[in-house]
Amino acid sequence: MANAFAFAESRGGELRKVAFESVSAARQAADATGGGEVHALLVGAPGIGGKAAALGRAGADVVVVVEHAGLERYSPEVYAATAAERIRAGGYRVAFFTASAEGRDLAPRVAAALDVSMASDLTAFAIEGDALVGQHPTHIGKIITTVRLAGTPAVVTLRPGAVTVVEAARTPRVEQAAPALDPAAARVVVTAIGAKGDAQLDLADAPVVVAGGRGLREAANFALVEALAAAFGNAAVGATRAVTDDGWRDPSTQIGQTGRTVSPALYVAVGISGAVQHLAGMRTSKTIVAINKDKDAPIFKVADYGIVGDLFEVVPRLTEEVRKARASQ
Amino acid sequence: MKIAVCIKRVPDMDLRFAIGAGGKALDPAGLKYDIADFDGYAVEVGLRLVEQQGPGEVVVVSVGPTAVQETLRKALGMGADRAIQLSAEDVPFDGMAIARALAAELKDGGYDLVLFGRMATDSANQTVGPMTAHLMGVPCVSAVSKLDIAGGGGTAERQLEGASEKVEFPLPAVVTIDEGVARPRLPSLKGIMAAKKKPLEVKPAQLGEARLTVQSIALPPDRPPGRIVGEGADAVPELVRLLQTEAKVL
Repeated sequence: MANAFAFAESRGGELRKVAFESVSAARQAADATGGGEVHALLVGAPGIGGKAAALGRAGADVVVVVEHAGLERYSPEVYAATAAERIRAGGYRVAFFTASAEGRDLAPRVAAALDVSMASDLTAFAIEGDALVGQHPTHIGKIITTVRLAGTPAVVTLRPGAVTVVEAARTPRVEQAAPALDPAAARVVVTAIGAKGDAQLDLADAPVVVAGGRGLREAANFALVEALAAAFGNAAVGATRAVTDDGWRDPSTQIGQTGRTVSPALYVAVGISGAVQHLAGMRTSKTIVAINKDKDAPIFKVADYGIVGDLFEVVPRLTEEVRKARASQ
Repeated sequence: MKIAVCIKRVPDMDLRFAIGAGGKALDPAGLKYDIADFDGYAVEVGLRLVEQQGPGEVVVVSVGPTAVQETLRKALGMGADRAIQLSAEDVPFDGMAIARALAAELKDGGYDLVLFGRMATDSANQTVGPMTAHLMGVPCVSAVSKLDIAGGGGTAERQLEGASEKVEFPLPAVVTIDEGVARPRLPSLKGIMAAKKKPLEVKPAQLGEARLTVQSIALPPDRPPGRIVGEGADAVPELVRLLQTEAKVL
């Protein structure tokens, strides 16, 4: 029986979807090793503790809340020192983080502080005796590497969307703790978080991602993509590198090898040809829909459902039908 | 300003990959190698900083077998001043092992800035930079898409999912470079000639034990064959029906 640790990511005082994924993964790991406890760590500004109970839904037994006025934004050194201290004290078998922009920055700091190795961006994992074995897409997604991580604790980041959150209604014990490093003493300081731009939802969190490419012809036509995303009601807007390079969209919305990696339940590619570099950022999505006028576009090779046609006719119609379908639910 | 840039030799990602005998590595037949994409950006950032704020020195460092000398020479051809190969038969998959070797070399080197690419395009772990920083005892900012260095410190911007954050830090520091900061220059003919005469030092890599290893590699499973639902806007109702009843995502 071994306890498992999960880092619960939040931004702007709200839990992110990946927080539940991380906790749910820890629940699975604890259950697989004989039913230990799941301890989640939630760090933020005063008030973040109000979100602790919600983590019980994904199977947390204990939520350690670290609140500090200096932690309104991510503070890498404070977070890392605090997580390392909790993990060291808790004697966990596994510690889960997320392969998000924050988690990819945080987890290697924690592993180094604990003097252990770590595995990154796993889409699946299993505990096999003394080792953790996981699947990791490498070589821009063209290879799946099965990695073996020896040592305890096994520090891991999980690809956002890779873990299905299993409802495990529990009422966690909430414990308060102090940060292991005074935020005022941190050398690296996040001074501001930019506006989210016009994306309706965070790319890593959104169950649906609607992405646009060069087929939209000009920046203003992204309104079609935004309207479709709004019709879904739970969608974020992404873009290809060609589009962000041309300044049509913010670079933070770029999906692909050199941008963000997403695995939503539904990915809708609008006017995207499907270059291998773009596929690297979205091919693990559960369901992929492609709309493109070129029936030979490579995107149709990975799409579950495709419509060949003029996106300027297809997308408005799809927006209308999705809106109708959701209104009737 | 004294800058180290840590670079990795990786296979060209545009080629078709096959699994090698033994199932743990790529079939080397037909592979071509080059500096990892983000590491090229990091070299460019280092060169520009010294050009704009010199005097200074750019030292390129790589862990691996003799073949990495080719990659180091390319960076020298771009304009780096000297190179260090931390010699190892293979590059471990474990970022912590690589970080140990790099930190042992760089810790007392008097570097103001140690640059990395955000991640290697092959192993895609994105861990070596922050781990090296920890072992060196210096601050780290990872995956920066904008970087300004002035007055003994730096400001950087990081891309989050649908947002960005501004970060301040003091030097010396480790910074890992995302796309967007600087497009790497191509080595000029003159640069390539000069690179042949620049110093390239070879030392053993102090990797320690690798605890993250590759068990096997495979090509990704093909997605189940998709289908063209139809042509034009008339196909939309059928698509919506499939999303509701078959994919159950609407």
